[in-house]
Amino acid sequence: MKPFTKHTGLVAPLDRVNVDTDQMVPKQFLKFLTREGYGRILFYDWRYLPGEKPNPDFVLNLPRYKGASVLLGRANFGCGSSREHAPWAILDYGFRAILAPSYADIFYNNCFKNGLLPVTLTHEQIDELFKRTEASQGYSVTVDLEQQVVTDDKGLRYSFTIDPFRRECLLQGLDDIGLTLVHEDDIAAYEKKRLRVPLMSQPLDVKYHH
Amino acid sequence: MAAKTLYEKIWDAHLVREEPGKPSLIYIDRHLVHEGTSPQAFSGLKVAGRKVRRPELTFAVMDHSVSTKNRAIPLADPDAVAQFDALARNCQEAGINLFDMHSRNQGIVHVIGPELGITLPGTTIVCGDSHTSTHGALGALAFGIGTSEVEHVLATQCLSQFKSKTLKIDVQGKRPRGVTAKDIILAIIGKIGIGGGNGHVAEYTGEAVRGLSMEGRMTMCNMSIEGGARAGMIAPDETTFAYVEGKPFAPRGKDFQEAVEYWKSLATDPGAKYDTTVTLQAAEIAPMVTWGTNPGMVTQVTGRVPDPGSFSDPVDRKAAENALAYMGLKPGTAMEDITLDRVFIGSCTNSRIEDLRAAARVVSGKHVAKSLKQALVVPGSRVVKAEAEKEGLDKIFRDAGFEWRDAGCSMCIGMNDDVLLSGERSASTSNRNFEGRQGKGSRTHLVSPVMAAAAAIEGHFVDIREWSGVDGNE
Repeated sequence: MKPFTKHTGLVAPLDRVNVDTDQMVPKQFLKFLTREGYGRILFYDWRYLPGEKPNPDFVLNLPRYKGASVLLGRANFGCGSSREHAPWAILDYGFRAILAPSYADIFYNNCFKNGLLPVTLTHEQIDELFKRTEASQGYSVTVDLEQQVVTDDKGLRYSFTIDPFRRECLLQGLDDIGLTLVHEDDIAAYEKKRLRVPLMSQPLDVKYHH
Repeated sequence: MAAKTLYEKIWDAHLVREEPGKPSLIYIDRHLVHEGTSPQAFSGLKVAGRKVRRPELTFAVMDHSVSTKNRAIPLADPDAVAQFDALARNCQEAGINLFDMHSRNQGIVHVIGPELGITLPGTTIVCGDSHTSTHGALGALAFGIGTSEVEHVLATQCLSQFKSKTLKIDVQGKRPRGVTAKDIILAIIGKIGIGGGNGHVAEYTGEAVRGLSMEGRMTMCNMSIEGGARAGMIAPDETTFAYVEGKPFAPRGKDFQEAVEYWKSLATDPGAKYDTTVTLQAAEIAPMVTWGTNPGMVTQVTGRVPDPGSFSDPVDRKAAENALAYMGLKPGTAMEDITLDRVFIGSCTNSRIEDLRAAARVVSGKHVAKSLKQALVVPGSRVVKAEAEKEGLDKIFRDAGFEWRDAGCSMCIGMNDDVLLSGERSASTSNRNFEGRQGKGSRTHLVSPVMAAAAAIEGHFVDIREWSGVDGNE
């Protein structure tokens, strides 16, 4: 996983509450076998008109937000489906961090597995960031995970909290599975202790195929 | 010993390792897999040279993109074919049992788990699918995970997790006639909001919940995620034990008796504390219909489409404006005046035998409205389909003008060819009315099976409490 330490980039504002993962990656794109290449289809139905022509009204298509790498969102960002295609698409599009007042649990978790930093700020702070983003073209922020702070060059400085373990994993780009496999002895001991549980019988009258 | 909740008991029983300041390692008893969210997990394993640790605790099924028409005809969608092939190959290589699209036990993953006895009380169950919360109806801890976590569970049979907060949702009193489990959960989501359960595991309690069948309980737990709660649970009781007994993978004989004794100990202890408690009176709940683009945008069938101006928070007001523009609805429109293009009875929320029986009672001897383009019944599994056909429900639906299909996710997510066209409006027994969910430009109204059935007959929503054949026991 790509580590995240500090990132400075253009902010794109997505001024909608409860943005669900169906909007990030519509279902017709859930049939691929890879984790790559989803950036093109991020927010597909909002972003494109028929024939995949860019919708000039969608915020990410505005020239001033071209090349944005920090996504500014509203509450309950990433609700709905567990599809990890959503953070894959956000990352592949070029975003490295999200700023929002709250996130849905599964999406939040999925971000950390992919080196995408979801920063939680207060509603007031997010409101202020929307104001600043809209007020000045080229508005950029720096998201510093080490210092746990979001700053701009006009004196804004918002510190944020994050679980220390998640922070460490992201800073170092640690492989989750590798971390767990270190505890192989504990897993084996648990399996031995619970030999009869989970209960499962030889199935009666079940057909896997025809 | 401190009094514990159902969630805490199952959590504690599955702790492999805990360390202060770190997520705990919990053991996963059952890992369910479908074609949509697993291919990248299997390839990740391969790249890292890792193996599936417990293939016998992993069960795979084809459900999301399967055709609900004739499966003897090869699929025209090359991407879906590639995904099915990948699942078959991955399962074969790892020794995982796969219910493929031709198995007579095939169905939606959240329908077949409980139906086969793979889902049991007191177990931990995960799947790369947010509606895994369904299985909590049996008193299991079950939740959806991302593909990276699917890979993690394949490799380790464990999951690295922070403990959730607990949310008690108490539905007091008896359920009124014509009010179903679907209406109760929609009323709950309307009350707490679609992010209201974030960070929590929900436990549903109270007389109205206790009085539900297993099918009804599954409908409620299924939509926990639509209220933000990753898992929803109901303490196992006699209804649960009666449901589980005799299921193909369930313990039998003395093992079953021993299991029941253990399962009885799982109920939340008197005096156990929840982080949050929400209370509803069942008597105040009416048949519900969503008007917007998330399940929290919901009102009673006798209600009206709200005026965005009535929302005090500007962010909510804007969301309501967007929703009404997308849905093509005017503020103040009576819900009963909304006319429909298609009706879908199916999905992991409402496609079980009891759902189909209830809908069939409503449509029996009647016919779908001429104004309707399509009315679709998609059983949740082939076992449900076979049972329904044995009871003659397929004939009732067909005679009433419904299409009777094979099992799968179908029009809930539209990954196969069961979709709404842009601008079309559906009454759907599924779980998400998000923009584009049932097809680009689709307009979805979430309802119960009896409401969907009645709406199909009338061509618009109706107060089904006034209908005969609705006995309040669905």
